[in-house]
Amino acid sequence: MSITGVTATLSSADARSAHRNDQPARVVNDFSIQVATVNGSGSQTANNVLMRAIFQMGVPVSGKNLFPSNIAGLPTWFTIRASAAGYIGRKKETDFLVAMNPETGVEDVEKLDAGAAVVYDEPLNLSRVRSDVTFYSVPFDKLTVPVCPEARLRKLVRNMVYDGVVAHLLGIDLEEMRKALYKQFGPRKVKAAELNWNAVQAGKRWAEENLTKQDPYWIERLGTSGRQLIIDGNSALALGCVFAGVTVLTWYPITPSSSLAEALINYLARFREDPETGKATFAVVQAEDELAAVGMAIGAGWAGARAMTATSGPGISLMAEFVGLAYYADIPVVIVDVQRAGPSTGLPTRTAQGDTLKNVVLSHGDTRHPVLFPSSPEECFTFAGLAFDLAERYQTPVFINTDLDLGMNNWVTDPFPYPEEPIRRGKVLTAEDLERLGGFARYRDVDGDGVGWRTLPGTPHPAAAYFTRGSGHNDKAQYSEREDDYVNNLDRLARKLEALRGDVPPPEIQLAPGAAIGFVCYGTSRYAAEESRDQLAREYGVAASYLRLKAYPFTSELERFLEAHERVYVIDQNRDAQLLGLMRLDLPVPLLGRLRSVRHYTGLPVDARSVTNQIVQQEGL
Amino acid sequence: MSAAAAPPRKTNRLGLEVISYKGGKTTLCAGCGHNAITERLIEAFWEMGVAPWKVIKLSGIGCSSKTPAYFLGLSHGFNSVHGRAAAVATGAILANHQLQCIVVSGDGDTASIGLGNFMHMLRRNVPLVYVIENNGVYGLTKGQFSATADVGSRQKNGIVNEMPPIDCCLAAIEMGATFVARSFSGDKKQLSAILKASIGHHGLAVIDVISPCTTFNDHEGSTKSYSYMREHEEPLHDLHFVPFFEDISVDYEEGTLREVVMHDGSRLRLRKLDRDYDPTDRMHAVAALHEFETTGEVLTGILYVDKTRESFTQSLGLVDAPLATLPQDRVRPPREALEQAMEELR
Ligand SMILES: Cc1ncc(C[n+]2csc(CCOP(=O)(O)OP(=O)(O)O)c2C)c(N)n1
Ligand code: SF4
Ligand SMILES: [Mg+2]
Repeated sequence: MSITGVTATLSSADARSAHRNDQPARVVNDFSIQVATVNGSGSQTANNVLMRAIFQMGVPVSGKNLFPSNIAGLPTWFTIRASAAGYIGRKKETDFLVAMNPETGVEDVEKLDAGAAVVYDEPLNLSRVRSDVTFYSVPFDKLTVPVCPEARLRKLVRNMVYDGVVAHLLGIDLEEMRKALYKQFGPRKVKAAELNWNAVQAGKRWAEENLTKQDPYWIERLGTSGRQLIIDGNSALALGCVFAGVTVLTWYPITPSSSLAEALINYLARFREDPETGKATFAVVQAEDELAAVGMAIGAGWAGARAMTATSGPGISLMAEFVGLAYYADIPVVIVDVQRAGPSTGLPTRTAQGDTLKNVVLSHGDTRHPVLFPSSPEECFTFAGLAFDLAERYQTPVFINTDLDLGMNNWVTDPFPYPEEPIRRGKVLTAEDLERLGGFARYRDVDGDGVGWRTLPGTPHPAAAYFTRGSGHNDKAQYSEREDDYVNNLDRLARKLEALRGDVPPPEIQLAPGAAIGFVCYGTSRYAAEESRDQLAREYGVAASYLRLKAYPFTSELERFLEAHERVYVIDQNRDAQLLGLMRLDLPVPLLGRLRSVRHYTGLPVDARSVTNQIVQQEGL
Repeated sequence: MSAAAAPPRKTNRLGLEVISYKGGKTTLCAGCGHNAITERLIEAFWEMGVAPWKVIKLSGIGCSSKTPAYFLGLSHGFNSVHGRAAAVATGAILANHQLQCIVVSGDGDTASIGLGNFMHMLRRNVPLVYVIENNGVYGLTKGQFSATADVGSRQKNGIVNEMPPIDCCLAAIEMGATFVARSFSGDKKQLSAILKASIGHHGLAVIDVISPCTTFNDHEGSTKSYSYMREHEEPLHDLHFVPFFEDISVDYEEGTLREVVMHDGSRLRLRKLDRDYDPTDRMHAVAALHEFETTGEVLTGILYVDKTRESFTQSLGLVDAPLATLPQDRVRPPREALEQAMEELR
């Protein structure tokens, strides 16, 4: 197969049909690579190096790790998508497979579309499975032994050999791969980096000498990565918290949120030690459970700290009682929910938007909580600061709902903007204020926004104290079971939500002129939604508008968007259309007939094709 | 001048009258042991001259947990959720470790629903005073057994408890609390001395106070009734408390007295009764409690004191100022820090 010819802007699907017709065409910077390995084999490093090398060639790229709830020995798949057009959502089809796992090899190959390419470990003998894909058989063990004399390291180093093979086949700049590798190992592991770099070179050399390129897939330099960087959403959110001035973090480990807390702990230790004394301007407690984790955060928020916890669905369930207390007692706290699929024995390492509805109404009685929906590392960073400001400004629990896809996968992003706005600590009365005012009523709505003024424990003034309780209280924070006091309090809390509505980030909107249909999405669904919009336009000639929610409570833009479109497709990564359910609760009844649902709940990130297919079906296209 | 002869004062060393340490009117049943503990707390904080605005008082849920509303009306209070005051108080202390913290809990609140959080507070040695108002039942939900009910103890309706009780003092000693005492709400002098001493302790003080529930657990057959306690209280020592701001010397017979100096300089004098008891000896304390498990007697007094262990906030290495009110320039790292973090990821 010739490797000359025009650099076609063909999609991989076009290329596959071209391949079938024996008319080779190059597919450049628009395909997906899947690496199938066993978890615990150290393949993550090799995969990150591969992704980073492509990134350094200026090609838009995304990486998604599909891993089991297990420490070692079960199948994992890492998918890298290169897309010159900038589509970074999951792509359903694999174009280029690296099959290293004997357990899943056959099935992985069977799942491919015709025209795909497969690099496989020789003993797996996968070329027998089918004849309509391109196979490259590589003797990984034989290649590893000479570069890695130490037998116990071979399992790890072996993965680097496939990086070299793939670099050769796809035309990845080896110098970029070398830089990526040394970056990945860092300055303190130079020896390990050398060993691994030898393995990459061995793979590359062997491929040069033994393989003939037969597939159409190529990576070509588009530039450089410039100021861009690679980060996972959890680290981005952790950084956001550091710069938002978080002072107390209390948490309990749960995938996929643990790496957020761990990243935060590292960043705090580096950036938040007092320069003069070396002491900590923060406190971190790994609590005994999520009840304690959120209880401590609430205690800290009550006493004036910028306090947070991070968890996932099962932890949120345990936090439910406390969140109700914080809501009724007006206590600021930030709760990050890195969502995953289902209960603890469900799909803890798979992604979902499973807590959308739950977090809005979490707890007992009448509760409504603001929830932020970041969709990118940059929003993870900026929304962290926003969440603390909202929590303290409105004296209430604020949720940040991310998910495993955003939190644990690596994303390419522009650098984050340094927060220019001052930290907003909300309505706090000092001893001097109290001296001037003579006293205060904790829950009196003096400003009409449902938010009373508070004092912090330790305020040196005899009029500073008030008594906090979840049960009925009047506006002076006195115990009360009177009907009017209870109603007044609930109504005040409702006014608070109204005021908050004006302070949450408005949705991102892209109107297609004359479009009859629109998309509503939130969080990580945006990538599939954006791409699906283009698919509908390209393949069906259907224009669709787009609205991405960044927060609950909903703002007026959403209502106007519904008014402007006949049918609005609400994309949820859950079975029960939770966002759509919330819209049903909150929006005017005459608009509800316009709502349609698109749902994806396999545990994998939603992909554009799945969205497009559901819309095509419902639109009868 | 001897302590016993100290003239009654109208104001404490801050010039505050006792009224500044009172709270709202109690809504508990007449004769409830919890009310007596409330009285002792008021006295203790007043006599020690603690500024009320430096105190936070927290609780879970139960009759006992209502009591923070009845003392220290000039202190911030928090009646939180059932069993979890330990967690909330831990968080509050993290936010401001300069505060003096008192938690009031019940036996149900601590030993049943809150046992997990209680245990971990012990491990951490969180600097606060944790009072368990122990009546062997759930008062507020009308008299069900709690996990501290003794084997053979009978409910009003005749049901007998067969389960071994959880001894919160034993747990406290084993798991890391550094001041552990047991008392009886009816033992004014002892309880008062223990509370005042606990205020001067820098780690976690756990005080289990047998506090009869007159409504649901004060009958014949109960082991937490007033009459049972009057007959079965077995004080380890006679306690005499000397606050750090009073300079008093007492003559005493060699070998009859032990003295524990609290972190604030106050002194607790333990006069020997039937046995020589060393409250700094952990094994001794544990053995004594086990020894009394089956006798039906209730050992009271200072069970254990450890002044060497770091408190939780000390071990966290926090800056001196409260985290809650650190200014922006101390909690938001500079621009270069963000640029550095970004550069590392390029
Ligand atoms: C989550 C939860 N479960 C149950 C209750 C009901 N409840 C209220 S007080 C209480 C028991 C209190 O017993 P204890 O702590 O011994 O306090 P006492 O009333 O005896 O002083 C229970 C079970 C509750 N408030 N919250
Ligand atoms: S029910 Fe028992 S514990 Fe509750 S207030 Fe009455 S006497 Fe006290
Ligand atoms: Mg009780």
